[in-house]
Order: sequence, then C-alpha cells, then structure tokens
Amino acid sequence: MTLDAKVPSGPIEKKWDKHRFDMKLVNPANKRKYDILVVGTGLAGSSAAASLAQLGYNVKVFCLQDSPRRAHSIAAQGGINAAKNYPNDGDSVWRLFYDTVKGGDFRSREANVYRLAQISSSIIDQCVALGVPFAREYGGLLANRSFGGAQVSRTFYARGQTGQQLLLGAYSALIRQVGLGKIQMFTRREMLDLVVADGAARGIICRNLVTGELEAYSGHAVLLCTGGYGNMFYLSTNAAASNVTATWRAYKRGAYFANPCFTQIHPTCIPVTGEHQSKLTLMSESLRNDGRVWVPKKKGDTRAPESIPEAERDYYLERKYPSFGNLVPRDVASRNAKQVIDEGRGVGTTKLAVYLDFADAIRRMGENAIREKYGNLFDMYEHITNENPYKTPMRIYPAVHYTMGGLWVDYNLMTTIPGLFCLGEANFSDHGSNRLGASALMQGLADGYFIIPYTLGGYLSQGPLPKVGTDHPAFRQSENDARGRIDKILAVGGKHSPASFHKRLGAIMWDYCGMSRSETGLRKALVEIPKLRDEFWKGVSVPGGGEEFNQTLERAGRVADFLEFSELVVKDALERRESCGGHFREESQTPDNEAKRDDANFSHVAAWRYQGAGAEPELCKEPLEFEHVHLAQRSYV
Amino acid sequence: MSAGQAGSAGTMHFTLKIWRQKSAKDAGRFVSYEVSGVSPDMSFLEMLDLLNEGLIAKGDEAVAFDHDCREGICGMCSLVINGQAHGPDKNTTACQLYMRRFQSGDTITVEPFRARAFPALRDLAVDRSAFDRIMAAGGFISTNTGSAPEANSVPVPKPKADAAMDAATCIGCGACVAACPNAAAMLFVAAKVSHMALLPQGQPERERRVLAMRKAMDAEGFGNCSNEYECEAACPKGISVSNIARLNREYARAALFFADHAESGKS
Repeated sequence: MTLDAKVPSGPIEKKWDKHRFDMKLVNPANKRKYDILVVGTGLAGSSAAASLAQLGYNVKVFCLQDSPRRAHSIAAQGGINAAKNYPNDGDSVWRLFYDTVKGGDFRSREANVYRLAQISSSIIDQCVALGVPFAREYGGLLANRSFGGAQVSRTFYARGQTGQQLLLGAYSALIRQVGLGKIQMFTRREMLDLVVADGAARGIICRNLVTGELEAYSGHAVLLCTGGYGNMFYLSTNAAASNVTATWRAYKRGAYFANPCFTQIHPTCIPVTGEHQSKLTLMSESLRNDGRVWVPKKKGDTRAPESIPEAERDYYLERKYPSFGNLVPRDVASRNAKQVIDEGRGVGTTKLAVYLDFADAIRRMGENAIREKYGNLFDMYEHITNENPYKTPMRIYPAVHYTMGGLWVDYNLMTTIPGLFCLGEANFSDHGSNRLGASALMQGLADGYFIIPYTLGGYLSQGPLPKVGTDHPAFRQSENDARGRIDKILAVGGKHSPASFHKRLGAIMWDYCGMSRSETGLRKALVEIPKLRDEFWKGVSVPGGGEEFNQTLERAGRVADFLEFSELVVKDALERRESCGGHFREESQTPDNEAKRDDANFSHVAAWRYQGAGAEPELCKEPLEFEHVHLAQRSYV
Repeated sequence: MSAGQAGSAGTMHFTLKIWRQKSAKDAGRFVSYEVSGVSPDMSFLEMLDLLNEGLIAKGDEAVAFDHDCREGICGMCSLVINGQAHGPDKNTTACQLYMRRFQSGDTITVEPFRARAFPALRDLAVDRSAFDRIMAAGGFISTNTGSAPEANSVPVPKPKADAAMDAATCIGCGACVAACPNAAAMLFVAAKVSHMALLPQGQPERERRVLAMRKAMDAEGFGNCSNEYECEAACPKGISVSNIARLNREYARAALFFADHAESGKS
C-alpha cells in the first residue's frame, strides 16, 4: 500500500481553510445517529470527546484510571506554546512553524506543523474561556516565558502545573457533556483489542478492571488518544500505567506504526538513586529560563558545588551554544549532558548528574520571585532528594520522557484503517524526531479541540457505513483473541513478577536504544529481546484470576506487549542509518558530535506494516518534502 | 511473611499492617507483613512494590492499591498511613512520601480512604466516582469549542488569578473526605467553586454552579462540615479552608437571591 497523507493542495497557509471547506459536513440532525468511541482521556481524548459531544455526536469514552481527570497529561509542567506574539518579540505563525520543523530535525510533515501553528492561538482562547488560570501580569493580561529551541517567549503557563490546569479544563468540558447525557464515561477500562469489520474500525474490546469481564462496544469510528510508549524503558517520566497496548493492538489489526525509534530523552530529570526506583521525575524545561547548567572543569572533582570557584566551572551549554545557551532543544541538551558525564565530569554520588544552578537568578531576582515561578517544582525536588534547591544546585540527568513515534496518520489524523483515528502523543505526526518543549500540550489540544471535529465529519459524510453491532463475527474474533492472551498469561504459573521482566527490558532498551545507538548495540538488542520474551512466557507469575480486580495481570499484559513492540523499535532504529533529533546513531555524527542527518536516504517517515506473527514487518515510506523550511544542518550556535 | 528482595540496597525493616479485602462483597481484615531491604530513598509506594514483588514471586496475590503518576499530581493514590490520609508529611501525597521519614523497625498501618461515598473495591483501592458526578453537576464553565473570545480581551487582576490558581491545584484525591470525621466533601467542592467564582469567566453560571454542586454532594452521601479543619491538614496541595468559607458565602448568596437557578439546571 502506498501511503497517501492526503495533504490538501495549494499554498501552505491556505491548506487547512481550503480543506475545511472541501470536506463534506454531517447535518446537525444526523450527528446524533453516530456513535464515536474515544479511548483515553488526556488532553487529546478529553478535548476531542467534549468537542464532538457538543456537535451532537454520541460519544463513549474509556480510561484506565478511576476518573478521566487523572490521565498523564496532568503531569505536564512547564507550558503550552502559541504564536500570540503578546510579548512583541517577533513571533508569528511562520516562526512557530519554522521552529517546530527545525526543532524536529526535519522529519515532520510540513503541512501538519503549519496547521498546528495556525491553531495554536485559538487553543489559548479556548482554555482561558474554560477557566484555566494561566499566569498573568499585574495588568491582568497573560504572561509568557521561554522554552527550548525558540528565541521568543511564546509559552503560556500555570505555575509548574500547566498540564494539570489544561487537562482539568478539558475534563470540565468533558464532564459537562457527561451531565448532559451526550457522553457516556467508562472508567477503569483497558482497551485490549480493536474490532475491524468490513474494512473499517467499528469497535473495541475492553477489560473492566474492577470485575475482570471483557466488554464489547461498537461505534462508527474509534479515536485512540492513548498516549506514548516511553514506559517501554521501564524508567521514564510516564505514569505507571502508561502503555503501548491500544496502539500495538491497532497495529496488529492493520494500522501502520510510524517512526517508533523516535523517542525523547528529556535533559532535566531527577537522577536515579537506586535499584528500587519505579519512575523518574521531570524537572520542567522552564527551569532552564533561570537555571544555569554546569559541571566542574576538572574530572572527578568531588568538592561541594558551592566550593567550586566560578573559574573552575564549565557552563558547557552557554559555552558551546552562545545564542541559545541553556535553552537549546532537548535532544541537544541531553546529548551534551551524556558527553560531559562520559568524560568523567558528572556530579553527585553516582556521578550520573550535572548541576542546574539558580544562584545567579536568586541573586538577580530574589528567592521570592523564583518561588513564585517554580515553587512547586522546587518543593517536589526537595521531597525526592532531601536537598534544598534554593541553597544548593539541583542535580539533573536525562530521562525518557516522550515518544514522537506513534501510529501513522494522514492529514485528517486517520490511520491506515478507515475510521480509526489517532490523536495526541499516540500518533506520530507533528514533532519529527525531536519535540520542542511546550509543544505536546499544544498538539494534544489542537488535535482534540480543533482538528478532529472537522476531519471526523469529513470521514462520516463520505457515505453510509453498514450496520455493525457487537454480534458481528469480527467482535467475537477480537474478544476471543483478547481472552486467549489473558488465559495464556494466567497459565504460565512461573516464579517471576511482570515487573522484573519489565525492568530487564528497560535495561536492554536504555543500553542499546537509548541516548546513543549503534549497529552493534542494536543487533545485540535484537538477540536479547526475543530471549527475554521467551523467558517471560515461561517464567511470569500472575497470582489471582482473570475475573477479578488484578493489577498484576494488568501489568503482565502491558509488559507482554512492550516485549513485542520494543523489537519493532529496535528494527526501526537499525534501519534508520542516520542521526536526527533524539535518534543518535554513533556512526552518523558531525566533527562536533552533533546529529548528522542523511537527507538523501532518510528524508521519509518510516511506517511499519504488520504481516502476521513471526513474519517480518514491511517498511513503507512516506517521503517528506520541505518546500518552506530550507533543509539544513541544525545549528543552535 | 518476608518479602525482601535480594540485591536491593536498603537496610530498613518494617512491619506492615495492611487492609486486605477481596472485593466490595467480602469482609476486610488487617494482615501483617514483614518487609526488609527498604532503602530510605524509596517512596512509600516503592516500598509497597517491594512487598508485592515478594508476594508475587511466592504466588500470593499482590496488595491492590491505586497509583499512577507517582509525582503527586494525578490524585490516584489514596492510602491512610498510620491513621493519616497520605501519611505524616504535610502537603505530600503518599507517592511523594519517602521511607526516610520512618524509623527502621516501625510498625506501619495502611488502610484505604474510608467514606460512605467511596465504596471499597479491593484492598486499598476505593471508588471515588462520586467526585466526577459532583463535577458533572456544575464543575465547569459552559463554553463550547470555537466560541471563545480572544484570550486577552478579558483582563483578570493578578491577585484574583493567583487565588483561583491556588484553589484550582486540587488534585481530586479525596484525602479531605478521608480525613474528615463526617466524611464531608466540602473542601473538594469549595476548591472548584472558588476557582470558578473568582474568575470573570465563571460569573454567568456562578449561582447555578454552587447550588448544583452542593446538591450533588449531598445526594452522594457525603457528610456535613463541622469546622474540624482536618481536610486542610490532610490536603496534599495545601488547599485552604478559607475556600469553604467562600463556598458557604456563595451558597448563601445563591440560595437567598437566586433560588430559581438551582432547577434551571442543565445548560
């Protein structure tokens, strides 16, 4: 199958307007005849569900947690970008578009990114109207700050809890529709399979996590808004339950998986303290507005940071990238941290950390100003490390944070399965091989509030869909498959917890497919992952049954899927013999150790098609063309 | 039972008395566990992970407890630790409570959030969907997507915006209910009512919102407020009881002058 992105013709700034006019509409009276299934209630899922219900569609919404308000978008800290140009510092739709394409190291689709930049302003308007308490200046108007990869201040924020406030805004819109009866909410449900009937996505199979029963739901379209797969690495900034299951099941039913090796390692996280650690905590990129990153100039310097004089410190980001300084994009900041640590200049007891120092900012603005901007982040840091960051520099280390890869979608956010849409982090679309800070919230809400309400109508209005109920044979097939996998896990009766396999998988992925990747390492991972998978299926222990509240079983199912999916990630990383953004192939670097792209051979989206168990997946390519942002070696010097 | 894990760096040891209950239908009871190899840098939930790893390896059913983000923002974790919702630290969720806070050798009691409106599910997990139903009754500003005015067209004085943000940081965990002797949900409702009543965007539905949310709160079986202030003490986000005073003012004002708004109902 050739991949048709369905990008509208015409000049880039007119494409979205033209497309919205060209798409057929669904008559308001007919919308209530359509059932739409939305899986996931993060920014993308909540905003989509609310907006579609407002239009009149019947919406059923599913989430893992006990309330839709708990999806992991809630944990996003720093902010959301928009090209409002309130600070009068030179921002525009074009500049946000340009920064995002360049920040993504030229591996995203121009037309999508342009649309995202166009929509960005409306998102802020919508959020403010919903009561999101963004930071404000004394005059009562909205405040901005800067994020990595940009030389303008275009980031809107609500202290260090921007994701929480945006999600609670979208949740309030969703819950209003629940009260109005337009949304039926199903909490504590995990999607275990997709139902494809007569060539289109027509339903899902869920496990009720309280009773353990499998439940079938039918609809006219399915929206997967299920987030990223960073938890494949075991240690990440993701929530404990974040997983790849929904998108992996969709892949196995025919949706192509795009650029799975594009994973983001965030430079500023709290370092690992020991074996027991279950997750890593992010310290927002916004801290790099005022914090200065440094390590000692000398190797193995064990002095306390306060006793290292200015002249013996290396502010390496400011030194190497004078025009962006501490606000270089995430991939660049992470790689440089790794480099100084590999040189033996890491700090703290584990030596796996660099300093993020606020002493200058506190001297300049006072402790209170810093507390007002970042108070909750400083508190969180102190809780976890038992150190006071107002007095001593933070120690930070890169950690897995976000996944740019995801299900392949066209301009309409539809996957290769008709009627299956994918929104937010779960799709691959807008961030290329490196996402800029404060752009995930923007994309999730753009997809949900302002894109899917149009493109879903465009799909449904193309013609009548046959009536498909849960008695259709495709439902029985998917349900039996899901039940079979649960029974198989419960039948193993081994001695090792699902978490122990997860941890071992994470170690393989971090070592061979993490911040730096090589042909030798990736080939080694391709041997070790199937070995670990075999051990899992012989040795996993899941006490308790399938027909009850069983968190060990939930975890085992997610780990089983990660054990399959991770192999595709490694294959993709092996196939892409260039460095770009967060994908750093040791074989492909500039003399200054920057990522070196190979545009002649790899200026494409790598979309993988499932060809059955045991068969090699097929690699399909969507060529990327850059008509507006000139292809160039990225430079933040 | 010992559930220590070989290779873990910690040397602390605890006796845990944990509430076990197979389902809402079954009777619950405390079961004692010994857990060793605990590091002071472990979070309370990582200590429970360690216990569960040991149980699973032996083929015993793990202790069920709700958790997700493990960074104090999702509001999913819901433990009463030694009689205190989220444990002994102020402004801290259970997932951000570290074992360095305890002495090796301590006996620690772990129970679920208990309230009539939070039915038991299993072990330490309870059903807090009553909160969602209160929100569905009025915890929103009715603005359809696409109809918003330009964001800076309505200035909001900074002190008001900051006070709204203080209230809006509620994570909906339910610790206020678990800590209250009457299992009241006043702090939760007050936080949302305050957040929206303080903002100009919240004015058109100001009266309807407070009347509808109070009504839904009562219908869910939450108790009444008797000014114990336990909710504020337990709140991991430091939401102030002054919000309850605002809720009471808002309610009195709406009930006295706008009683017809209560039934004008759904927008």
